[in-house]
Amino acid sequence: MAGEATKQLTTKELWAGKRSPFSISYGKMMMWFFLISDALTFTGFLSALAFMRVYFADVWPITENIFYHFPLVHHTELPLLYVAFMTFILIISSVTMVLAVEAGHRMDKNGVTKWLFLTVIGGAVFLGSQAWEWSTFIEGSHHGAYDMGDGTMGRILNVEGAFEYDGTTYEGTVVQLRNGEIASPELTADLKSNARIVHGANLVENEYGLPLYADFFFFITGFHGTHVLSGVIINFLILLRVRKGEFEKTGHYEMVEKVGLYWHFIDLVWVFVFTFFYLV
Amino acid sequence: MKRDDIIEYSLYNHHNEEEGVKKRKEIWKVTIILSVITIIEVTMGILLGKVGFLEDQATWDLIKIAYIGLTIVKAGYIILSFMHLGEERKPLRWLILAPYMFFAMYLLFFLLVESNADVKI
Repeated sequence: MAGEATKQLTTKELWAGKRSPFSISYGKMMMWFFLISDALTFTGFLSALAFMRVYFADVWPITENIFYHFPLVHHTELPLLYVAFMTFILIISSVTMVLAVEAGHRMDKNGVTKWLFLTVIGGAVFLGSQAWEWSTFIEGSHHGAYDMGDGTMGRILNVEGAFEYDGTTYEGTVVQLRNGEIASPELTADLKSNARIVHGANLVENEYGLPLYADFFFFITGFHGTHVLSGVIINFLILLRVRKGEFEKTGHYEMVEKVGLYWHFIDLVWVFVFTFFYLV
Repeated sequence: MKRDDIIEYSLYNHHNEEEGVKKRKEIWKVTIILSVITIIEVTMGILLGKVGFLEDQATWDLIKIAYIGLTIVKAGYIILSFMHLGEERKPLRWLILAPYMFFAMYLLFFLLVESNADVKI
């Protein structure tokens, strides 16, 4: 920060005692320490995900084939767009948070209120979006998928009547394999009489492929979502304290800075979840 | 008894309106950079879907490295600018980043070495 941290002091002066050699208050330092430990937890989760992805590389589900829904849009596959929207919401709420911190440095109570309120709204929109994403994943596709027996799933695109896909018209059951190709008539007939149909995903089975993928999805986005939920609640409580004028009395808005660090951290984690879960 | 030898660091963090204008300009600049990187990532994700590279592992690896590079740039802007770590004293920066990087590299080591092991359960 400006101020103490930018003051020109020699190493000897800094470490001679009677002051923090880091020019930081106790509360902010402890928030940083908490964030390091939390960051390591998330790193552990994402490393485990990457480990299993490499280990089961041959059968690992392809995310674009799973998360292609968009609210109010039917019959069109829009991979990545919805999660891009969620990412954007979180980035913008991070920006409003840093603007609240900046307003706090000017002791601008109304400015802090405005930006902190918008941050709470952004967090709530993100949580709602995540709830929708979860319910879409749990519910699964319209027809479900055949368990191919080799760890992969065959998406059932159509069950009766004519169906057009990629410029070709098919009759009756159409099954799409992991590599995007349509199953041959012989394979389709075999699947129809022998294979099991799976609908949606949970912790034990997954319509889109390995159940382990669903486990990681629920654990990682769920753990992150819990952070967002607690972040929204904490931001809201601090907003009430700002309104009461508590920080005018103390003379600084450091509490907003501390919850701000936590909120930016949530955005930071999502940046990595977005890359390692949805993009790569 | 109130101690008078403790420095209240938070009180030194204040700035006036003029500096505020400069800080806000910086915030909006970082916002634009983060948004542009996200747009690039999403465009790449839509145009270069993984399905098209199931057989071409080498190209896919390059795309993966590009994603990870962009993500690290984004993370850098969030940590250094939004969390203000870039403006803190150097010892504090190391105090926070060094332990994290040490343990993260430990995890990364096992990830890269063991996940490719020939022995499968």
